[in-house]
Amino acid sequence: MVVAVVVTRDHFLFVLCLLCSTVPALAGVLPDDRADVLYHSYDGGGVDITGPSVLVLKKIGQNVAVSGNYYVDSISSASIDVVTTASKYSEDRTEVSVGADYMHGDSIMSIAYTNSDEDDYESDTASFGVSMDMFGNMTTVSLGYARSWDTVENNNDPSFSKDVDRQNYKVGLSQVLTKDMIMELNYEAITDEGFLNNPYRSARYVDPTSPVGYSYEPEVYPNTRTSNAIAVRALYYLPWRAATYAEYRFFDDTWDITAHNIEIGYIHPLESGWILEGRYRYYTQNAADFYSDLFPRQDSQNFLARDKELSEFTSNTIGFTVSYDFVQNGWYAIDRGSVNIAYDHILFDYDDFRDLRKKNAPVGKEPLYDFSADVAQIFVSIWF
Amino acid sequence: MNILMKTWTVITVCCSLFLAGCTSVEPWVKPYERAHLADPIMNFQRNPVSSAYMTHVYQAREAARGAEGGHGGGCGCN
Repeated sequence: MVVAVVVTRDHFLFVLCLLCSTVPALAGVLPDDRADVLYHSYDGGGVDITGPSVLVLKKIGQNVAVSGNYYVDSISSASIDVVTTASKYSEDRTEVSVGADYMHGDSIMSIAYTNSDEDDYESDTASFGVSMDMFGNMTTVSLGYARSWDTVENNNDPSFSKDVDRQNYKVGLSQVLTKDMIMELNYEAITDEGFLNNPYRSARYVDPTSPVGYSYEPEVYPNTRTSNAIAVRALYYLPWRAATYAEYRFFDDTWDITAHNIEIGYIHPLESGWILEGRYRYYTQNAADFYSDLFPRQDSQNFLARDKELSEFTSNTIGFTVSYDFVQNGWYAIDRGSVNIAYDHILFDYDDFRDLRKKNAPVGKEPLYDFSADVAQIFVSIWF
Repeated sequence: MNILMKTWTVITVCCSLFLAGCTSVEPWVKPYERAHLADPIMNFQRNPVSSAYMTHVYQAREAARGAEGGHGGGCGCN
């Protein structure tokens, strides 16, 4: 058995092979053949984003499944950042993913490739994963690795082009606890290296020479970031054919951001083919150590951020999904079909990001910013 | 980076050793007791395209990222 630990990237693949070789062969399960067509809409904080998402997953023979996903964000943005420091813009982001699963005994190996393209940002991601069912199919262990190569551009400066490299490491455990309860535990570490800030966003500093009392300077972020996230989820079957679930996730990173989120939900099927789901989610984070809504002077520190996503804030989400199975017992080539409507209402409350649209407030005493977002989805799922 | 790689390697090696020594564990939930677990509502990824979208909605507006789940499998119901 291996006792020496050599820290190299190749060692990761070696350990994967070791893990595969020490587990007895049982029977894995490939996902069912299905197709999903979804239309999404996000409306909040002056930002409208709509678009489709299409997912197709198909088995080829007994041991291989392939999948493809096409996703579009059509963005029209007049967010508070845009209103206070830039002008309204519209753009599209298109994401295409392809993947394949190969089942061997109780193991499933997966590879995938994703390309995301917009006017000023391009990203390519390749990923590899392996999962294994064991202990009488009561436990599933999964490992995953992904690498991304991003290019950041600036529509105002054609010569601007910066790279970002990203690596993801995942470990997952899914466990049947009782005949009514299943839980999963996931850990993911992500490392980034390169140009990590938004080339358009600015930091604000006190400027007595400015008529409004402050001015802007470009944000400056560190070139590296490493984050860790661990999440536990549980799903419980209730005595009256319904299910309830709960989730907790802890997150921290090398920018000194710590975040927690919890989610609870309830799923209630009706005999006529309807399924109702309600959910609540709470999220909180503190600020990055180089974030400030208002820096005391220009170039006051090495790293500068005024991105509200890096500030201290909380959000609360309440949502529901209504599903109806329009094919329940097979119809021609379709085994099952459902139509679904989902709606989530999110409230964001910022503790250190001020609303600069209020012009008469003293500098640094403007009201804190908050906004709500409506997120709607309609989608059709077909199993065949 | 070195700390991250060391942590990652130790976790995976420990998993290997653990799994190699535990191949004879008897399942305490028998296959014929898994009717509830096989119900479509008992799936963490019941609507994968919708879950992926909501993950994207949150990731774009929050600093936290990762461990969203969705690695599939688990109940051994089929």
